[in-house]
Amino acid sequence: MVYSLPEEVLEHVFSFITSDKDRNAVSLVCKSWYEIERWCRRKVFVGNCYAVSPGIMIRRFPELRAVELKGKPHFADFNLVPDGWGGYACSWIDEMSRAYPWLEEIRLKRMVVSDESLELISTAFKNFKVLVLSSCEGFSTDGLSAIASNCRNLKELDLRESEVMDLSGRWLSHFPDTFTSLESLNISCLGSEVSFSALERLVARSPNLKTLRLNRAVPLGKLSTLLHQAPQLVELGTGAYSSGIRSDVYTGLSKAFLGCKELKGLSGFWDADPSYLPALYSVCSRLTTLNLSYSTIRSPDITKVIGQCPNLQRLWVLDHIEDSGLNALALSCKNLQELRVFPSDLYAADVNVTLTEQGLVSVSQGCPKLQSVLYFCHQMSNSALITIAKNRPNLTCFRLCIIEPRTPDYLTHEPLDIGFGAIVKHCKNLNRLSLSGLLTDRVFEYIGTHAKKLEMLSIAFAGDSDLGLHHVLSGCESLKKLEIRDCPFGDTALLANVAKLATMRSLWMSSCAVSIGACKILSQKMPMLNVEVIDENGSLDSRLDSCLVEKLYVYRTVAGPRSDMPGYIWTMDRESANRI
Amino acid sequence: MDQKKTTLDLFNNVDLATELRLGLPGTDNQPEIIKSSLSGNKRTSSEMGSSTCTDENESRFSPPTKEQVVGWPPVRSYRKNILQVKKTESEMGSGMYVKVSMDGAPYLRKLDLKMYQSYEELMKGLQVMFKCIIGLYFEREGYNGSQHVPTYEDKDGDWMLVGDVPWEMFISSCKRLRIMKSCEARGLGDC
Repeated sequence: MVYSLPEEVLEHVFSFITSDKDRNAVSLVCKSWYEIERWCRRKVFVGNCYAVSPGIMIRRFPELRAVELKGKPHFADFNLVPDGWGGYACSWIDEMSRAYPWLEEIRLKRMVVSDESLELISTAFKNFKVLVLSSCEGFSTDGLSAIASNCRNLKELDLRESEVMDLSGRWLSHFPDTFTSLESLNISCLGSEVSFSALERLVARSPNLKTLRLNRAVPLGKLSTLLHQAPQLVELGTGAYSSGIRSDVYTGLSKAFLGCKELKGLSGFWDADPSYLPALYSVCSRLTTLNLSYSTIRSPDITKVIGQCPNLQRLWVLDHIEDSGLNALALSCKNLQELRVFPSDLYAADVNVTLTEQGLVSVSQGCPKLQSVLYFCHQMSNSALITIAKNRPNLTCFRLCIIEPRTPDYLTHEPLDIGFGAIVKHCKNLNRLSLSGLLTDRVFEYIGTHAKKLEMLSIAFAGDSDLGLHHVLSGCESLKKLEIRDCPFGDTALLANVAKLATMRSLWMSSCAVSIGACKILSQKMPMLNVEVIDENGSLDSRLDSCLVEKLYVYRTVAGPRSDMPGYIWTMDRESANRI
Repeated sequence: MDQKKTTLDLFNNVDLATELRLGLPGTDNQPEIIKSSLSGNKRTSSEMGSSTCTDENESRFSPPTKEQVVGWPPVRSYRKNILQVKKTESEMGSGMYVKVSMDGAPYLRKLDLKMYQSYEELMKGLQVMFKCIIGLYFEREGYNGSQHVPTYEDKDGDWMLVGDVPWEMFISSCKRLRIMKSCEARGLGDC
């Protein structure tokens, strides 16, 4: 006998279940649970805005308060996706403005957002609180003016890494004097100067402000003024971190930092002048996050700062930190969880910078909690990778970029197959992996065999044949996102694993060996996939089936082929290439 | 399980001669394993669709070029822009040498601004080179407490007091340095 609980009780119970995965599981139990759950779901994450339509989402979840959408494929970050590809937020925002008058939060990543949409957001949602635009584009500071003017209850405005048409800094002055609810502001991506007095007054009347990320144009001399107004800050992004020889600026800054007892995260530091670094020593012992990756300060100065941050959990830095700095990191920061080392020279190794695989090995040895690594370097060896893997089986994210494509083990001149093989073998919870260096099909065999929890894999300039791709598609059970460029992977592997693609969010392949014919077959066999071919060289209709495609993006969807594709994208439909 | 076996067989039994190949007719049928790190296998955007075989053949014989591969290394544009600014500022050959004159000295010296990361270091360098004492900088009064004041000629040809602007801005606009006697420099320090 099954006794069912009253709806209200179930709804109350469900309100404690917040993770998307759990909510989705709840909705699958039975019809009544599905119904109850969908009426009380308050937030939704759509990993691919073309996988579902706004209408479908709205029909199923009528009472949402928070929506998160992602648009362009990840490789758009590196200019591999041409302009006009899509990812328009417009239709989503239009429909949501009608369906969700009480919507509070919108988070968009890699989407194109217009000023009109921002204006609509600012007027349609009466209780709008959170706007996060991550790596978005298509809007200007005019759109921001609308948000500032109209969103009376705004808590968070975060423009991280978006490309904003910067018409002027005046938009910030549009926050009314009565507006006091701001908790988080990130304008670090903006080029133009905002009115400092408007900024100061805004900060002064925002007692709940916890996160403030300034843009480069805010001079260092003014930073202490802001800090005095907001000593409760938890996360601070400075503007340019240099001034002339200004002992008054230095003293003012030191004093201001002394007052910031809650500060846990620091970023910014454009043009950092090392003589101003000691001003922040007083906060170092509490720091958990430090992003120095916009500054080119040298290893000794970086080391001095890091040496004072025993509680550091996350460090982003340029390779100027060098092996010596990483050794110091390994000694001082036993709580380190995430390390990202970015390149200072994009092509050749800078002779003045000694960053090798040794630095990463040291950190893997000295930092027992290290989980997430992004490392750009010029040389690597299998033995180093094996050591890292054995030291840190708790790694969940490992992204290694050896800058020169197809670089072998610098000691043995062998491919780096066994090195990466060790990583996937030892790190059983690895969910994200980026490969580089000289790699044969063998590394993919290791990955297919061992990387059972892997969700995202990035491959470039690797492999020998379709067997490589086949190993990945047939072996990696948890794979959600696969992005590949410049690899000899083609039709055979793709067509042998068509069913797999319906279990993944998306597959990107560019400069590989996939033919038009294979794309058509794939599309025929799998109607629940959108098979999109990007070809900027001209008409695909007149090409033979044996011709190779430039770029291929395949994703599962319940919304059918999209209608907003530019002329250079073809969707493979049935027997012919269709361009809508 | 059976399906997997069949597909693997597909790879094992495949007749290479009838498979879709990449490469111009007549190229070597054996897969080439690249041992050398001298890879010129960089695809530019104009080479989209061209065969990898051809590229491999070329790379074995041509020296590694520094042509830029689209989207590689995988660094976001805004990061590239920061680095680019740094590069242009320091791309004046292998050093940023400026002439330095000191009032009363018989000859000029040359100094590489790139050797210094901050004003502090520059002052130390000047003091060592000229065996003089420069004194402390004050925003309102300029340099106090010594006989010598460091000045520089900027891009517009104006003589400026060293120390007012951020370091990066200074080294990109400094054309030459002059250490003046403080009695002469008094005119410059007034705002």
